Amino acid sequence: MIPSTVPPKYRVEVNPDRCMLCERCVKECSWGVYRREGNKIITYSNRCGACQRCVSMCPRDAITIHENPICWREHPLWTKEAREDIINQSRTGCILLSGMGNAKEYPIYYDKIVLDACQVTNPSIDPLREPMELRTYIGKKPKKLEFDFVEEEIDGKRIKKAKLKTKIAPNLKLETPIMIAHMSYGALSLNAHKAMAKAVKECGTFMGTGEGGLHKALYPYADHIITQIASGRFGVNEDYLSKGAAIEIKIGQGAKPGIGGHLPGEKVSAEVSMTRMIPEGSDAISPAPHHDIYSIEDLAQLVRSLKEATRWKVPIFVKIAAVHNVAAIANGIATSDADAVVIDGFKGGTGAAPKVFRDNVGIPIEMAIAAVDKRLRDEGVRNEISIIASGGIRNSADVFKSIALGADAVYIGTAAMIAMGCRVCGRCYTGQCAWGIATQKPELVNRLDVEEASKRVANLIKAWTLEIKELLGAAGINSIESLRGNRDRLRGVGLNEVELKALGIKHAGL
Amino acid sequence: MCGIIGFMSRKKRLISGDRIAIALDSLKERGNGQGSGYVGYGIYPKFKDSYAIHVFLDNVPNYDEIREKVKNTLEKYGYVLKDEEIPTKEGILEKEHIPWRFFYDFDEKYRDIEEDTMVKIVMEINDKIDGAFVFSSGKNLGVFKASGWPMEVAKFYKLNEYKGYMWLSHARYPTNTRGWWGGAHPFNLLNWSVVHNGEITSYGTNKRYVESFGYKCRMLTDTEVVAYIFDLLIRKHKLPVEYALNAISPKFWKEIDNMPEEERKIHEAIRMTYGGATLNGPFAIIVGTHEGMMFMNGDIEKESAMVGLTDRIKLRPLVAAEKDDLAFVSSEEAAIRKICPELDKVWMPDAGMPVIARIEK
Amino acid sequence: MEKVKENMEVILDAKDLEYRELNEKIHKILNENPNVKKIILKNVLGQRFIGNGIQKKGLIIEIYGVPGGDLGMFMNGPTIIVHGNTDHAPGNTMDDGKIIIHGSGGDVTGHSMRGGKIFVRGNVGYRSGIHMKEYKDKFPVLVVGRTAKDFLGEYMAGGIIVVLNIDNKGNDLGKIKGKMIGTGIHGGSIYIRGKIDESQLGVAADIKEFTEEDRKRITPYIEEFCKEFGLSDELKNKLINSEYTKIAPISKRPFGKLYTPDLR
Repeated sequence: MIPSTVPPKYRVEVNPDRCMLCERCVKECSWGVYRREGNKIITYSNRCGACQRCVSMCPRDAITIHENPICWREHPLWTKEAREDIINQSRTGCILLSGMGNAKEYPIYYDKIVLDACQVTNPSIDPLREPMELRTYIGKKPKKLEFDFVEEEIDGKRIKKAKLKTKIAPNLKLETPIMIAHMSYGALSLNAHKAMAKAVKECGTFMGTGEGGLHKALYPYADHIITQIASGRFGVNEDYLSKGAAIEIKIGQGAKPGIGGHLPGEKVSAEVSMTRMIPEGSDAISPAPHHDIYSIEDLAQLVRSLKEATRWKVPIFVKIAAVHNVAAIANGIATSDADAVVIDGFKGGTGAAPKVFRDNVGIPIEMAIAAVDKRLRDEGVRNEISIIASGGIRNSADVFKSIALGADAVYIGTAAMIAMGCRVCGRCYTGQCAWGIATQKPELVNRLDVEEASKRVANLIKAWTLEIKELLGAAGINSIESLRGNRDRLRGVGLNEVELKALGIKHAGL
Repeated sequence: MCGIIGFMSRKKRLISGDRIAIALDSLKERGNGQGSGYVGYGIYPKFKDSYAIHVFLDNVPNYDEIREKVKNTLEKYGYVLKDEEIPTKEGILEKEHIPWRFFYDFDEKYRDIEEDTMVKIVMEINDKIDGAFVFSSGKNLGVFKASGWPMEVAKFYKLNEYKGYMWLSHARYPTNTRGWWGGAHPFNLLNWSVVHNGEITSYGTNKRYVESFGYKCRMLTDTEVVAYIFDLLIRKHKLPVEYALNAISPKFWKEIDNMPEEERKIHEAIRMTYGGATLNGPFAIIVGTHEGMMFMNGDIEKESAMVGLTDRIKLRPLVAAEKDDLAFVSSEEAAIRKICPELDKVWMPDAGMPVIARIEK
Repeated sequence: MEKVKENMEVILDAKDLEYRELNEKIHKILNENPNVKKIILKNVLGQRFIGNGIQKKGLIIEIYGVPGGDLGMFMNGPTIIVHGNTDHAPGNTMDDGKIIIHGSGGDVTGHSMRGGKIFVRGNVGYRSGIHMKEYKDKFPVLVVGRTAKDFLGEYMAGGIIVVLNIDNKGNDLGKIKGKMIGTGIHGGSIYIRGKIDESQLGVAADIKEFTEEDRKRITPYIEEFCKEFGLSDELKNKLINSEYTKIAPISKRPFGKLYTPDLR
């Protein structure tokens, strides 16, 4: 036999002096780390993913989690990770499955971009006391407006009047340019979905359903929900299409561009089976491509088909992963009847993705926004379609920079989950989430208080919105459209010439 | 900080250029001597139907080679009726550039697209010919500008020798870009001339917006973009002028939400469609034109007009006044009174609401 | 151009109409005549999305010509009869209703179908019945008269596909050529008249014993097929009593052992 276990990543310790044997940790840990044996709490550290549920719930602060200090002989190429992966794969012969976003140390360009503020030559604006407008419309816009001049009788006088001739396509009206990304019911719990739906309604923004269909409990929030059509077409019927405020066609996802999805049968509970409209316990497989889209003209056809099915009353978004050729693809989408293109960067989150994809496929969202915005402007169509950016947006500054690079709005995913309690332990695909977020087990789901979680998510969106207003005010801008694509207000720090060129910004000092 | 003033005779009375110079001189505190400029409308009656193209040629020994390149570009599309150095007085300014003018007609085959072609020519010369810069390209109008104080520039160009019915002017205090001749105001394209006080914080957005319609921002200053936006919205898209100005200085959403349905829809559509044309940050501008405008009541103004406009939260000053046939817009009332002490009416326009002076019929 | 007959039949000439115009006209007819029973479309040529999203039980849309792609997509209730061939993806993500194609169906016929029935007298193209899925009373059925191209029933998650393997006159077509049949199937079943080799199957598909139980399951669909296309009783009995190869998933979780957690 070849011993093939890898040492646990964490070491969990219960301080016996502090512990009062209340067994809270035993109950709270859904991973089975704790067990009581006589007057002692025994720990199985190898099961721990540092989700901190136990630490947060321990009434006596008795638990500590350390990185396991076990030493691997150092090697710059054969890192601990490389060796562990090989041991795991040689034992199982399987694809490594991982959660959350890209975990490799690629540059985070957001952190190498700095913002501008007014000094002397124009005044900064105080957003708390002066008007500051973040309202954003997502959808198709006309290239120009046309007016008819019609004579009308007003107070007995015949007066000519300019009447708007151009028809404006349906748009989503956002009070803040932050939406919540598509995370399916199935991957997430119903309580998590309810909390997010309440929050977006309160904040005047929108959330995506993901591919899991729309649970009836969310119908009251349907006017703030974007439904999704992915390659699996789960839960898609006429009702689903007409219920939401917009429909998104998912082509790809930043965390795993080019491959489909797979919700394991364990997560297809009775409720999930209902919204997905598949039998309980069966795997929900989303094919890699949409099999009615093998080319760009087929995408145009699906867009139009959805428009036909909804009598052209609902905006249709198309989501793609940010890949090398993202600008050309986005341009192709812009020339279909799509109303918005969603670009998901390679740091985008996921419940489950093969690690090799998560860590190696796709390009940074900052570069993708810049490339897409530029290409659409070169083609003279930027103004007619909205750009939604997503994938690793962590704070209001990231939102602000995304918009200045050229996005209309952003989707946040992981950030909203963290607001609800997620600690980014990356084991969503196991369905064991101790926080009740990425699980379907009733006893775990019940842990997530909908009201409180909704409040947290709303707080987060509100706090970022306030910060965006402050940043805008400092830049001397009082409506968000004047930030959109305004790369003059960005500077790079520590970026090389090629990177600056790709981002379309100058280096600080210039 | 900059000073701007413009006036217009609504009866098209011709007024000597020294009046505007005196008025602007009284605003010189608002500038720093690094740029002053004027534009006169109606100053070339002999060539009133031809384009008057003003070009800065770099003052280098072989400047006539640059001039020939400009001329060749022009002659690709039409005929130069006359070209000469713009008369200047020596010894006042260091002559960084030689100002040159061409009176120019298009070939018959470009008649229907001559305005778009002129825009193309201007972009081509400014973009491709080293050492040449077109700074005035309208008909029967001319821009005169340079680095210097208002009076220096007026004397340099012998402004008292020109008579026009509308004059706009600008004393510059450059902030973001160095003071060079091309960077002085007014900025002109076709029959649009813009003088501008303030700093457009949305410049990056506006620049990229107009560039996607084929304009090229070459001036290193935010003012040229204003001229392009006026050209795009009013000449190309033919928006009623009031709505075009609403696009530039939009109503607040709060106001829009409370409007009657039809009006609300219009303003919503304007903001959705023309967000890229919105000027943000502090500004007061005066725009002169005889490009032709359509008003929201269907009126079409083929004659000249002068428009004054501020940003919607009024971060830059603007005063308007009237006396008989004369209409004035200025940064300060004093500058108006300097050349017209008795006024019929003086008022401060509301933030974001345009003042429009038109020729009397 | 359109006239409403007494029995609520409307004839519409689709000649040179754009698909949006044509479909708008269909919706207009439906809105204005709630009792309309049948819409006959003449001279259809390439117009897409006919019947798209229409929710009306009992309505018949009869098409003369060649409709464009996504015929009856998201449709819920109506019956579409096509006197001609169809382009790709007829019955795409269809919810309920019936599509009867007297000619052949294009690629991905019945894509992601959730319910309803599609009867094709001729052939169907590649990846037909892909990702069909069932849920409770929603049970999609695809019956093909001649043959199906490769990848039949890919990702299939529910419902039934029957391939009868007969030519226009009802004669046997011989051994079916399709490859990668049922690749990735994890629900539902495929019945092909005649013999299929293991080598023709895709990943996760398995040949199961064709039982009398199975014959009972498919009989009503064969009968319906014969009725719709007016086939003789003799032929019907031959089809019902033939030997079929049943293809079904090896397991409900064909790819359960693909992944190992990266617990980092």
